[in-house]
Amino acid sequence: MTETTACALLQPKEYKSKVKPVWCPGCGDFGVLGSITKALSGLQIQPENAAIISGIGCSSRMPTYLRTYGFHGVHGRALALATGLKVARPELTVIATGGDGDGFSIGGNHFLHTCRRNPNMTYIVMDNQVYGMTKGQASPTTDPNWEKGKLTPGGTGINPFQPLVIALASGANFIARTSSSDSNGTARIIMEAIRHPGFSLVQVLSPCVTFRPEQRDWKNLVKPAQMEATTDPAQAARRLLTDEGLYTGILFRGDRPAYQPRPEPSIDNIAELDEEFRI
Amino acid sequence: MSDSTNGPQRSIGSTEELLAYSLALETEAVDRFNDLADQMETHHNYEVADLFRKLAKIEGLHIENVNKASVGKKLPSLLAWEFEWDGGESPEGGAMEDAHYLMQPWHAIELAMHGEKRAVAFFRHVAGTSTDEGVIKMALELVEEEEEHVALLQKWQERFPRPDKDWDEDLDPPTILE
Repeated sequence: MTETTACALLQPKEYKSKVKPVWCPGCGDFGVLGSITKALSGLQIQPENAAIISGIGCSSRMPTYLRTYGFHGVHGRALALATGLKVARPELTVIATGGDGDGFSIGGNHFLHTCRRNPNMTYIVMDNQVYGMTKGQASPTTDPNWEKGKLTPGGTGINPFQPLVIALASGANFIARTSSSDSNGTARIIMEAIRHPGFSLVQVLSPCVTFRPEQRDWKNLVKPAQMEATTDPAQAARRLLTDEGLYTGILFRGDRPAYQPRPEPSIDNIAELDEEFRI
Repeated sequence: MSDSTNGPQRSIGSTEELLAYSLALETEAVDRFNDLADQMETHHNYEVADLFRKLAKIEGLHIENVNKASVGKKLPSLLAWEFEWDGGESPEGGAMEDAHYLMQPWHAIELAMHGEKRAVAFFRHVAGTSTDEGVIKMALELVEEEEEHVALLQKWQERFPRPDKDWDEDLDPPTILE
């Protein structure tokens, strides 16, 4: 940031691509885009050493807007793609991005098993409790009494999915919640998530100002968690089960080793290969 | 959106540190106005896009001023979250959720004015809490500068009528299921 120190450093805006986001003005995802660029700049990760992987949805457009490698994949399959990439190219910084519908409904099974496998990557979920791209249907994290969804006029009547509790129970190694209205705080947490070994989940409360305009008020409701991040899963579980979903900060830091596939046995000649297939 | 803001919890101890804060504040303002201009262009609201672009250019001139004042000084290098802004965001950054695709020039100026007023409050807080004479002098100069911006924006805003209550009503809303 100074003449003497900043010249060689990559600034946050240098991570943005030339494509301009088509999100609705006011959307929280703009803040998250800024936070990702600040985190990458904070770590000085070269764009060619990072990959952003996504599924489908408004927030899944994220790879298009960044100058890193990217893959805008199939609905709900961001984590499967990202895990494959991390296994094949462990030296890359792999970040999966998406929304609550893509991650917890269509991709729910991948979510559970990615937490369980614990690959060394970061998953940023922009949670707005609605399917925005398809015009406002209830998602897995929608409150049961939300009556404005056109397919669920009386509300879903179903308890919302609790992503952080499920992540903890399934084995995620780093769990945090932030708000898109705190772009700098979110950047710091994303940086910590990238640094932490294993699978890191960052839930960002990111308002959908078009279908959930009342979420603009989230910025006045979120509050920093009063306790430091715990390394004890039991304590984290108690905390996550009793919070109101509006506490922000790093809520759990585990110490499980990250998943790395075992190296394949090398086969030196045809006879050994033939032996592999012997019945 | 509140116009009040406090500065860092501890006092700013050197002009170099104050210049670093000032540079970050103006840089975030330029980035925010350019982002808002891009958003408005994407949504075909060209009048407001032009206005945001002009505001970004004006803030860019302030960056030049800060850079001139920084010649020969070594500013501390801080990451975005290491600045102790009140609420985490710089006075002229953030508040992106206040944008709307149907917003009018009056709203754009209102949004900019909130940022400038928060900047005034920030530099006033710095002047009131620092014990370094150089910092106090510079902070008071910056207060004066930001107050001039507020006055200028107020004049600009008078050129535009206050929008009707239903300014955001869209007769062909994108939210309707087809």
